[in-house]
Amino acid sequence: MNAMHTVDSSAAPTIKHAVKVPILDVHDVTVAYHRKPVLWDIDLTLTQPCLLGIVGPNGAGKSTLIKAILGLVPLVSGSVQIFGQPVTSQRKRIGYVPQRESVDWEFPVSVLDVVLMGTYGSLGWFRRPGATEKAWARQCLDMVGLRDLEDRQIGQLSGGQQQRTFLARALAQQADVYFMDEPFAGVDAATERAIFSLLVNLREQGKTVLVVHHDLRTVPAYFDQVALLNVRLVGSGPTATVFNEGNLRQTYGGRLAVLETLSQAVEAQERTK
Amino acid sequence: MTDWLTYNSLIVLQGVTLLGACSGVIGCFAVLRRRSLVGDALAHASLPGVCLAYLIIGEKHFFAMLIGAFLSGLLGIGFLAILRKFTRIKEDAGIAILLSVFFGAGIVLRSVIQQMPASGRAGLDSFIFGHSAGIVQSDVHWITGLSAGTLLIVLLCYKEFRLVAFDPEFAQVQGWPARLLDFALMLLLLGAVVIGLPAVGILLMAAMLIIPAAAARFWTQRFSFLLLLSAGAGMGSGIVGTILSAKFGVPTGACIILVCAAFFFISLLFAPGRGVVARILARQRNNLALQAQMKAGEEPPP
Repeated sequence: MNAMHTVDSSAAPTIKHAVKVPILDVHDVTVAYHRKPVLWDIDLTLTQPCLLGIVGPNGAGKSTLIKAILGLVPLVSGSVQIFGQPVTSQRKRIGYVPQRESVDWEFPVSVLDVVLMGTYGSLGWFRRPGATEKAWARQCLDMVGLRDLEDRQIGQLSGGQQQRTFLARALAQQADVYFMDEPFAGVDAATERAIFSLLVNLREQGKTVLVVHHDLRTVPAYFDQVALLNVRLVGSGPTATVFNEGNLRQTYGGRLAVLETLSQAVEAQERTK
Repeated sequence: MTDWLTYNSLIVLQGVTLLGACSGVIGCFAVLRRRSLVGDALAHASLPGVCLAYLIIGEKHFFAMLIGAFLSGLLGIGFLAILRKFTRIKEDAGIAILLSVFFGAGIVLRSVIQQMPASGRAGLDSFIFGHSAGIVQSDVHWITGLSAGTLLIVLLCYKEFRLVAFDPEFAQVQGWPARLLDFALMLLLLGAVVIGLPAVGILLMAAMLIIPAAAARFWTQRFSFLLLLSAGAGMGSGIVGTILSAKFGVPTGACIILVCAAFFFISLLFAPGRGVVARILARQRNNLALQAQMKAGEEPPP
């Protein structure tokens, strides 16, 4: 871990200047549970920092795509590189916001404890977070507006506050690429705006953020890049060109319930143009 | 000094104090990781190992029996892992299968030993029901060493274990060997079970892991305090249970667990904040305050 740290800090600036190395390169990735493919032959390359929305119907493999990139699920075939390197060697440059349901919120830790976990990667084995880490974690809590609640046990937070706690933990990781699994799920409108402005902030700092997203209506407003997923990658690229009715129909099939949202989404996009 | 508090009792007390602390701490991880039942299954799975160790050595050799218990438990962990990986049997069903099959095998081996001449049956039954008075000084050295080792590992890897227990996927994304750490937690659980067996017994070992942690959870929201309180509850019930058991001549394991349960019920009722009494009082207080505000014609509080 310590050895990785020294390599990382010296190598990071040179990699940042090398524009040609893609930030993310997903190549021929297939993932299956038993015989059923969840992701089929996905190719996705990001060369510029961006806010990427991963969009698709339920069971399309959106979360699985993130988990496949992060090495959390085994690949049937294909490979993933981040900054031209295998993911395992780029851990310190990756930030992760898992789905809120993935942990037990009754766990006896405080909000500050959880955010401090974001600093564990740079601490390495056995070292405990000290004053520096705590100060940084508090700064991250400030960014999500939870500073006042740092001593709360995490189960006593509202859904939106829990989501922001996870976001603060990811910020504490000081990563270059962030992967967020439905950070807007179950939050109120005010929290959604707050989270979105944080994403924009990250984007302006030159970071890349991949977000699994559910709400088609907000896609054109939130993301400059979009990946339409339904087991296969239907399309990916700038939202303005990829997020169109034809691609959406292909992604969502002929499902009637979606058609209305779909037309609304396209309308919303027309307005942003 | 009364007759039951002999030098040997003091030795025994030293042993149960440490193993109580050990199962208290490891029990917290087991409960939070939802592995309470795994602890129970591992305790039962240890019996064939204990019996085989006896059959191979030919006499009651404490450390050999612990090693037997550990290896047999390890086989049990492997059995669970195989079920999880290659079948669609649910975790709880797998645990039930492991528990009964291994325990059944152990009972068969035990009856083989009983039919042998110069039977050391008493030694085996103390592993089933728990019999701390049978523990001698050399046994306590093993218990002390193993407990201290276990606690030291937890102290050293406190941050890592807590992270993996809370959010293993995040840990893995951050580059920690999450599966390895999780396996280490499993081994520590097995270790705590094995250390506790001679005093608490196979049948009641799971309670020794679960109840102190569950009782401690009523008193704190902080992980570090939870470990400390649970260790304290484990030690306390070990000491008091052993003394009561010696005084009244009843099995130690049962006594320890009953004392443990007393801690639990006191916590359940009287813990501030999360206890039953505190909750009822708080509700009444809130209701009265709101009713007063309503009658005064105030706006609803935010």
